[in-house]
Formats: sequence, structure tokens, C-alpha cells
Amino acid sequence: MTVVLGWIAGAALVALPFVYSAPYPLHILVVILIWAFAYTSWSVMGRFRLVSLGHGGFMGVGAYVTALLWNHGGVTPWIGIPAALLAAGLLAAVVAYPCFRFRIVGHYFALVTLALSGIVLQVIIATRDHTGGSLGYTPERYQGGDSLYALQFSSKTTWYLIALGVWAAGLYIWHRVDRSMLRYALEAISEDEDAAAAAGVHVTAEKLKITVLSAMMTALAGALYCQYQMFVSPETVSGIAVSLQMVFAVVVGGIYVSLGPTVGAIITILLAETLRISFGTAAVGWDNLVYGVLLVVFIIFLPKGISGSLLDLWRMRSPALVRRTPAEPAPGPVTGRGN
Amino acid sequence: MDILDIYLLEALINGILLGGVLALLSLGLNLVFGVIDVVWICYAELIMLGMYGMYFLYVVYQVPLPAAGVVCIVGVGILGVVLHALVIAPLLGAAPINQLLATGGVLFFLQSAATVMFGIEFRNLGLRLPVLQVSEMFISYSRLLAFGAALGGMVLVYLFLSRTYTGTAIRAIAQDREIMALMGVNSRRMYLITSGLGGGLAGLAACLLVLQYDVHPFVGLSFGPILFLICVLGGLGNFAGGLVAAFVLAEIISVGGLYLDLEWGYVFAFAFFIVMMFLRPEGLLARRS
Repeated sequence: MTVVLGWIAGAALVALPFVYSAPYPLHILVVILIWAFAYTSWSVMGRFRLVSLGHGGFMGVGAYVTALLWNHGGVTPWIGIPAALLAAGLLAAVVAYPCFRFRIVGHYFALVTLALSGIVLQVIIATRDHTGGSLGYTPERYQGGDSLYALQFSSKTTWYLIALGVWAAGLYIWHRVDRSMLRYALEAISEDEDAAAAAGVHVTAEKLKITVLSAMMTALAGALYCQYQMFVSPETVSGIAVSLQMVFAVVVGGIYVSLGPTVGAIITILLAETLRISFGTAAVGWDNLVYGVLLVVFIIFLPKGISGSLLDLWRMRSPALVRRTPAEPAPGPVTGRGN
Repeated sequence: MDILDIYLLEALINGILLGGVLALLSLGLNLVFGVIDVVWICYAELIMLGMYGMYFLYVVYQVPLPAAGVVCIVGVGILGVVLHALVIAPLLGAAPINQLLATGGVLFFLQSAATVMFGIEFRNLGLRLPVLQVSEMFISYSRLLAFGAALGGMVLVYLFLSRTYTGTAIRAIAQDREIMALMGVNSRRMYLITSGLGGGLAGLAACLLVLQYDVHPFVGLSFGPILFLICVLGGLGNFAGGLVAAFVLAEIISVGGLYLDLEWGYVFAFAFFIVMMFLRPEGLLARRS
């Protein structure tokens, strides 16, 4: 039943741009899909209480490495993007390995990764001779900006299909992780690292796997964002604001549900766009004002997010649908506090 | 004396002066973490509001500077109490990471509230404090003043924590949250006092920073990350470690900024931080278990 519904929804999404292709709504959809993929990438590790505030850094690496290789080395994004993913994975491993090896968890992990996104931002600004610094950076157009070789397309429909494909791949990875042994190992680790280690879980290796996976996915989101917008600035793809924005969207959408980050992306982007259209420049700052209040309210009253809470309601109404419990920690006092 | 040495010496001295202010900043954050076990991600934004408070009091309402400073310290202190009562207190039983994320929400809120209310122009007090010249070196009075006030503030906090009854109770709570409640310490009251103190320190930092830097809604982002680095490097909640880390990082930034751009100073500081995470993951002054 749900599988059939999923296929129907998927087919409808693929068919959409051929039926209705007004540029502005399609643009919003592409942006939502790319960010939904980025948020899904964050939640792949975030749902195991590995709260990283460094994903802004990985996104920046993805965007800038791809664009720099193209502009300075003439390397096609088809090679540049894998290189950027490798760079982001390597960066994640270099920072995360000592964290996991020396049991830097919870607060400490969040702050160390926060520092990481700060580093990436400062490096981009400091190397302004090559990256344009705070002014931003534009990949050079190739053959009028419409080329498969340069991964530049003027048609919004093409971008929509690419973003849709990547987003679907993100959901697929989420489900693969959800059904893997990795998930059980990481859940055990998030409950109690010592007990998990005693039960034979290689804590450092398992955490490193999911972190590198998550970082590479985020870098892909950054690269796609750059190729689509043909412009990146340090503030839009890296730094603390972006990292917090990811956390915010996932928490609001629902951290333990596969579509949660997507719901978060839809809400945040529609909110920002609605405010921008209805109030114009007078709305500067208002979207983040609303985000901030919502984030606090959600964490206090609805920590499972919108989709998680809706799912709970749905299950309460129809107990027949209760299958296995989703990947969420048991309520009650938290064990294995992170410090 | 070689001309390079003069510049190096000047950078070293400026590093020490910067270190004093950074140490004061990290002290408030460390205090709150040590006692309440919460990281205020929005700490730098409290300072930003304090800087706006100073600007409006001094420039718009013509309040004399020392009086404005006192109002600012008390005001941000009250903000700290409000932050604790509204956001942290309902989450005390939740996972620690939720508290951290909630203060992240407050960060968004304060930043955009400042954008909405004050706009994004850079503002400053318009003060020109004289510059002290020692042989060939130039050291600004505002930095010296900030350094002196930071040291004074730290000594006051130290005296409060070690000499008063309330201070002793706060330190006791930091050592063992569960037992002290049984000993008759009202932990809710201690948390509020600590939050007020942490906010007051942010207010003091705001008074000192506004003498040197322009204030704008995103000013918190320019020193927020380095602040968290200092606290983690020193060991969260470890006051002495935070002090040492503040001076070490300030020297790296100052001397690194001398040879290359200022941003490179920050990049070196970050790199140093990551290397130290390998070598001393529990903080600079932690005893190896």
C-alpha cells in the first residue's frame, strides 16, 4: 500500500515539470529539493545523537572545490564533484577521528564541529585572491551555460530532474542506513558507548563511517547548489549560520523520520519566500526571527518535529499500523550523557 | 633593535591584551557551563545586544560612559536570567544537546531581532581614545582599558566564588548537582544567580568590546567561534584552562595576523586547536587519567 503510494508520488514528481513549468515555482522546487537533500544528509548522522554543527563546512568544501577546479584547472565537474566529495570525506575523517577516538561526544563534539565550519569560512575568506572572499564566487560559463560537460544547464526542468534524482538517492541512502547493522550499532552507541563497546561494537569505526558518509552527501549538496545557482558566497554555503539552519530544519521537520528533513526544507524555504514576497526588503531578518522562535518552541514542546509527531498521532489512531518502532531513543532519562 | 622585532613585540603585547578580553568572554561561558551544564551558543549574541545597549545609551541618550556601562552590565545580566528561565529551565531534564540547540534558536532570534530593530548598519561610539607610544610601538588605550577591566572582572568573580557563601554554594553545585540539593542548596536559585552572573560578564565584555569594534547584528559571529574554541581547548567548565587557552589563541591570532592577513591568524588558531584535540582532548590543563 505505502509502496504503491510512494511509486505514484514519485511518478507524479517526475511528470510535474512536463505538465507545469512556470519558472519561479520550479526554481523554488529545485531549491527545496537541494536543501532537502542537504538536510537529509545531516540527519543521516544527526539522528544518532551525533549533532554536528560543521556541516556548513562540508557544504562549502563541496561547492568551492568543484568550482575552483573548474575555473582554475578546467576540470569538469564530473571529476571535480567526486574530488570535492573525497576532500569533504577526508576533512570529516581528519576532524572526526580524534573526536571519536578520544570520546569527544555531546557538547564537545558539537563545539569542535562548530569550529570546523568556522575554519572553512575563514579559509574561504582568507584565500580571497582565489575564492573571491566574502564577495562570492562564480563558476565560469561554458558554451553559453548549457553543457553536459560543464554540468551547466539553462533549463530549469533539467535541474529539477537532477535535484529530484539526487534527493531520491538521499532518501534511498537514509533507508539503506535504517535497515543496516550500522544503524543498530550506532543506536547502541548513542545509548551507552561503553556498553556498546563491550558488546563488540567498534565505536570509533562505526561513528567514522556514518560521519564520512554524511559529510560526502552534504558536499554533493553544496556542489549541486553551486552548479545550479552559478554563484556561491561563503555565507550561503558555509559557516555557522548554515550549520544551524540545517539543524533547525531537521528538528522542525522531524529528525527520526525519513521525510522529516524534506518537510523541514519545505517549511523553511516557503516561509522565507512568503515573507520575502509579501514584505519585500522590509522582511529582512524576519524569517530568521520566526525560525529562532520556532526552533526553541519545537525543542521544548515537540522534540520529534512535525512529521514525527504526526506519525505518532496516526499510530495512536490506528494501532493496526504499528510495526517496528522507528529509530528513536526510548523516552525517559537520557543515559550516556555526552560529556 | 631590528625593526621586525618591534613589530613582533607589538603583536605579542596586543596578543596579551586581546587574550585578557577573550579570557573574560570565556569566563562567563565557562561559569554557566560548569554550574548548569549548558552551553550558551548565543553567548556572543548577548554581548552584541549589550554593545547595542551601550551605543544607544551613550550616543542617543547621552548617558555618561561609566553609568551606561553599569546599566549595560545589569541589563545583560537580567537577559541572562530571562534566557535561563524561559529556555533553559524547561529543558533541564532533556538531553544536553537539546539545550544547546535551543540556545542556537535564541542565537537566530537575537541576531534577526537586532537586524529588524536596528538595521544592518555598522555603528560605533565615535570615541577616539588616545594611542600610547612606547618607543616605536603603538598600543591603544582602549585595549589597555579593556585588558585592565577584564582582569578586574575576573578577580571580582574569583573573589565572589571563593569568599562568599553564595559563591561557595555555586561551586558546590558545579561539583555535584544531585547531592547539593540534598544538602539544602536551592539549585534553582543558584542557577538563576549563575545565569545572571554569566549575563553580567557578557555585559562587561560588551562595554569593553564596543570601545574597540563597531557593532552590527552579526558581530557575534566574528568572535563567537573563537570563544567556543577557547572553552573547549581549556576544557569546558575549567576556568584556569580557559584563561590559558585564551592567551595562547590570542597570541597565535595576533602573531599570525602580523605575518599574513588577520584571517590567517584565525586559521592558524583553528589548526592549532585541531592539533591540540589530538594531543590533549580533555583540555589544556586536564590531568591525564
